[in-house]
Amino acid sequence: MAGLHNSEFANPVVRWIDQRMPVFTMMQKEYGTFPTPRNFNYFWNFGALAMINLVIMIATGIFLAMNYTAHTSLAFDSVERIMRDVNYGWLIRYVHMNGASMFFIVVLVHVWRGMYYGSYKAPRELLWMLGVVIYLLMMATAFMGYVLPWGQMSFWGATVITNLFSAIPLVGNSIVTLLWGGFSVDNPTLNRFFSLHYLLPFVIVGVVFLHVAALHITGSNNPLGIEPKGPQDTLPFHPYYTVKDSVGIVVYLMVFAVLVFFAPNYLGHPDNYIPANPLSTPAHIVPEWYFLPFYAILRAVPDKLMGVLAMFGSILLLFVLPWLDGSKVRSMRFRPIAKWLFLLWTVNFFVLMWAGGKPAEGVYVLISRLATAYYFAYFLVLLPLLGKIERPLPLPESISRPVLRGGGPLPGAATAQPMEKA
Amino acid sequence: MALRFVKTAALAAAISLSAAMSMGAARAAEGEVHIPPAGFSFSGALGTYDRAELQRGFQIYKEVCSACHSMHLLSYRNLRDIGLSEAEVAAVAASVQIQDGPNDNGEMFERPGRASDRFRSPFANPAAARAANNGALPPDLSVITKARNGGADYIHALLIGYAEPPAGLTLAEGMHYNQYFPGHQIAMAPPLSQDGQLTFGDGTNATVDRMSRDVSAFLNWAAEPELETRRAMGVRVLIFLAILGGLTYAVKRKVWADVH
Repeated sequence: MAGLHNSEFANPVVRWIDQRMPVFTMMQKEYGTFPTPRNFNYFWNFGALAMINLVIMIATGIFLAMNYTAHTSLAFDSVERIMRDVNYGWLIRYVHMNGASMFFIVVLVHVWRGMYYGSYKAPRELLWMLGVVIYLLMMATAFMGYVLPWGQMSFWGATVITNLFSAIPLVGNSIVTLLWGGFSVDNPTLNRFFSLHYLLPFVIVGVVFLHVAALHITGSNNPLGIEPKGPQDTLPFHPYYTVKDSVGIVVYLMVFAVLVFFAPNYLGHPDNYIPANPLSTPAHIVPEWYFLPFYAILRAVPDKLMGVLAMFGSILLLFVLPWLDGSKVRSMRFRPIAKWLFLLWTVNFFVLMWAGGKPAEGVYVLISRLATAYYFAYFLVLLPLLGKIERPLPLPESISRPVLRGGGPLPGAATAQPMEKA
Repeated sequence: MALRFVKTAALAAAISLSAAMSMGAARAAEGEVHIPPAGFSFSGALGTYDRAELQRGFQIYKEVCSACHSMHLLSYRNLRDIGLSEAEVAAVAASVQIQDGPNDNGEMFERPGRASDRFRSPFANPAAARAANNGALPPDLSVITKARNGGADYIHALLIGYAEPPAGLTLAEGMHYNQYFPGHQIAMAPPLSQDGQLTFGDGTNATVDRMSRDVSAFLNWAAEPELETRRAMGVRVLIFLAILGGLTYAVKRKVWADVH
């Protein structure tokens, strides 16, 4: 029939819809037969995990919002009311609270994987940059979410972080007033943070859609960092990667469950169970753990404005990472020097995280400064330099060669073998 | 593939472990004093509350702590959870006068408490509490064990931690020396100072340590009344996920068998 999509589906209802709006064809193409490199390791689970985590956060968040009151005199008690009087409110809240930490764990591993295997390099630069946008949106969302229970760390964290913007010359103080909705962190701040905390996750959903759309143009990178050369190098996404992702999802849920059911407050700070008090500053104002590395960079720089620039710069640098790294070789497996410098960068990231949780005094300042220096040196000096001087190891001819060890049967025949060996 | 999986899992574990350790270190830096673990029935991942202990703890709160400390997030009806009968809860609630109103004449009035009322606070507002306590504000105890490093262990240590100040330390006026309080100078006078300070209904010997333990356990229940339900659900969830994980991994091996 003219004007109708040529559907391959047999089920009459599915077919009727698909002819008029080919969503089933699209799903089949993008998630069914989508050709995916056959050599993914389990690090490639983390994109799917992040997607699931986002859904969990939105689902629990909607139910929390039904019972939360965004007012400075009621917020703290309304959260505790959720814990006590709302049916399974404690579960919903602990899932949401620990879900934020799980989200950052999953996304940090996802980003790390992208950096190790060079997923940011051409042609996936835009895909990578959209990912950095998601990361920034996540940090903004998490920060505002942490303010909502209106405990001591909520209040003082909000005060410290919003005050950072006052370092901007000329307009800084006006920006801070705008963020606060007044002249201190108060009820208008809480109200707008609640509104934005509800809005931003849906913006994240939008950018995630673009991220996935871009991914489906370029296709996935893989541990070897070489492009698939033909059907012998790929597998249909379903069932191979749907089932492999499912394994990862169950493991992820187990870690999540251990946190929620047995250590729900382990990653939080006890001070946030003290209602916010503008007249009493906590001894140490510590942000949530996922902000600690950047907090360390902020405090490592003696000048306030430069510190703020360094902190934001440390993340904004990721936008230009595809152009800072001059090497054509994607996977660190074939980069003998860069590999070790990047693993050192990884350790360095944890050093920054550790230092960020310490008071800014004595030896901790020195350690923060050294770690900050290496953080930036890796991106701004080492990576550009290595592109010129490093001799990469020889790349494999194709994906199917090293996977089918010792030559093996030729590509294409592999999938036709009987299902026997493990 | 299995080896790959183990490697990835080990790496993920190492990453989370080092993250956890750096956070633990950050927390340890804040409190200089080591808090001795009290070995509560609910310590440990699968521990549960001891109902008799909670009831004794409530008695201590009612007879001692509640003179200064509010617990405004709890209602009398919540006491059903620690094993009080409906009649007992009604009696506890009725023993206090609650301000209600306004009535049809626009006047506030006092009436006996009901099970649905929140625990009555000892002071009308924080300013009144400070005025009666040498300028110090007795904190609300509803979530106190979640709001302090060390939780119930810390509360127990604090209650038994009063001592003579070390030589050379002059306490500020109206302050007391406590080994476990940050800064060691606490405004609260020793609330549980002698054995047999009160008589437990169940005949338990009311030593200072026993009373400190019981009230700490009660406060932990008040902060986390869902603890037992949560842990029981956690065990079932993990068992379910372990089975599901095994099955999923088996399916994965089967599906991938023809690829390698």
